[in-house]
Amino acid sequence: MPEMIDQIFVVIKHWLMGYVPGALQPIASAILSVVPVMIAFPLLFAITTVLERKGLGRMQNRYGPNRAGWFGILQPMADGVKSLTKEDIVPRTADQLVHYLAPVVMVIASFLVYAVLPIGRNMVIANLNAGVLFFFAVGSVVELSVFMAGWSSHSKYSLLGAMRAIAQMISYEMPLVLSSVVAIMAAGSLSTVSIVNMQAGYTGIWPHWYVFTPWGITGFIIFMIAATAESNRCPFDMPEGESEIIAGYFIEYSGFKFALFFLAEYLGMFATSAMAITFFLGGWAAPFSFLTWIPSYFWFFAKLLTIIFMFIWVRGTLPRLRMDQLMNFAWKFMLPLSLINIVGAGIWHFMAAGFARWGVVSLLIVLSCVLLSRGLRRNKWFHVRTYRYAS
Amino acid sequence: MTISFLLLAAITIIGTAAAMTLKNLVHCVLALTLGLVGLAALYLQLGAQFVGFTQILVYVGAVAILAAFAVMMTRSANQTLTQTASSFRASGALIAVLVFAVLAWAIYSGTSKQPILSAQPEGTVGQVGVALMHHFVLPLEVIGLLLTAALIGAGILAMDEHRGNR
Repeated sequence: MPEMIDQIFVVIKHWLMGYVPGALQPIASAILSVVPVMIAFPLLFAITTVLERKGLGRMQNRYGPNRAGWFGILQPMADGVKSLTKEDIVPRTADQLVHYLAPVVMVIASFLVYAVLPIGRNMVIANLNAGVLFFFAVGSVVELSVFMAGWSSHSKYSLLGAMRAIAQMISYEMPLVLSSVVAIMAAGSLSTVSIVNMQAGYTGIWPHWYVFTPWGITGFIIFMIAATAESNRCPFDMPEGESEIIAGYFIEYSGFKFALFFLAEYLGMFATSAMAITFFLGGWAAPFSFLTWIPSYFWFFAKLLTIIFMFIWVRGTLPRLRMDQLMNFAWKFMLPLSLINIVGAGIWHFMAAGFARWGVVSLLIVLSCVLLSRGLRRNKWFHVRTYRYAS
Repeated sequence: MTISFLLLAAITIIGTAAAMTLKNLVHCVLALTLGLVGLAALYLQLGAQFVGFTQILVYVGAVAILAAFAVMMTRSANQTLTQTASSFRASGALIAVLVFAVLAWAIYSGTSKQPILSAQPEGTVGQVGVALMHHFVLPLEVIGLLLTAALIGAGILAMDEHRGNR
């Protein structure tokens, strides 16, 4: 029975495919795989917006939305109706075609990456040989759409926001990719499905997730920090910086196009979080061996919501970084640490299993972490801490 | 000559042609990006996943952004192309025709001598990686060294001389 519930969506798809004539089978299969994903994740986006506003409200000692529906749970509906009925204003000097295309390209790229995400057992749209490469390649198209949006608006604020966003996204893409290399090395495959399969199995009740190794936890933390920066969220929300450049690259957008940018941003966040789950948190596997009877997709979404909660928590806690701090952190700390982490994963692979490799790899990573964080500071060694504000 | 090949070829040709003919330079960059995406899709259609995805990652994710910024930094983005571009039209066309002739000749003379493979060779990512790590490890290392040197050189060029290394 648990297997039946676990595979229920796969079974339903096969049952529906039985009614489709042979010639239409490939396209029907694609539609049946894609449509549920395209419904589920925007729905998750709607839920997340209200959760985020409620959570932030709680952290900031206020109520948050509480008028639409019970405790404000119908707020996304109200927001959707509002953005659909708002007038779509395009600046007179804007480049009409590029201005129109930018949100479209962004949403298409954000949806395309979901093709390789394993949502549950046997539940992935396309099990590509180079799935991870596909994810990062399509994800990089978002940067181009950010440039299109910022440039075509012909506004100084949006251009500044686009330049900030692109500089930040390119800088943090390096640690994002390099921190995921350890999981690829350990799994020996670029396919997301086989990375998840390599983390299957339990020792006692504990799973074999990569996050439970020294290089895995380091890679996971680097990946999550870089993912926060990639999705332009606090404390890396320089591109939006409401108090400095109003709203960044999508300042000249209104109505539904603005909502599309908002949607694409959240979809990107979900996709990178899902990739972190795939690389380090065992994908759809249950956290304990005695919980495997619960369906795999439940665990996937439970992990995703936990990571989203972490994102909201960080946003409510940390202040915004300055641009030079942001760049220094990416290039002088995250990048070297992720390179050292790859070396650590290599050492781990070639040493015999046991406590010795735990000690060696942990020592390597902790030592380099301390030295690199020292190197970030102006006075290199241990002094009384002094604070410098705007220079 | 399937329909998908014709569509992708049309996208590639339209994109690159627009990159040469459009007036606004940023539009040219975006059109060139469209052409490069079409090329990547053609690689994917041939079953070369690694080349196709790397094409998107490098050209769309990095080179297009770099070109767009270069255009924006060096001249006003609103400035349209002046008459200077059109004066090279005849010589440009001549060079293009000559390059096309050489390539076409090379392809035609090459294919007739070698037997056409009946089975499609499998260029999976794993095989590409194995080949890079075993057979082509020395060129790979040399390229890595070259790129590292270029990176350090770019960093030194960008460094502010008067305020020390920040």
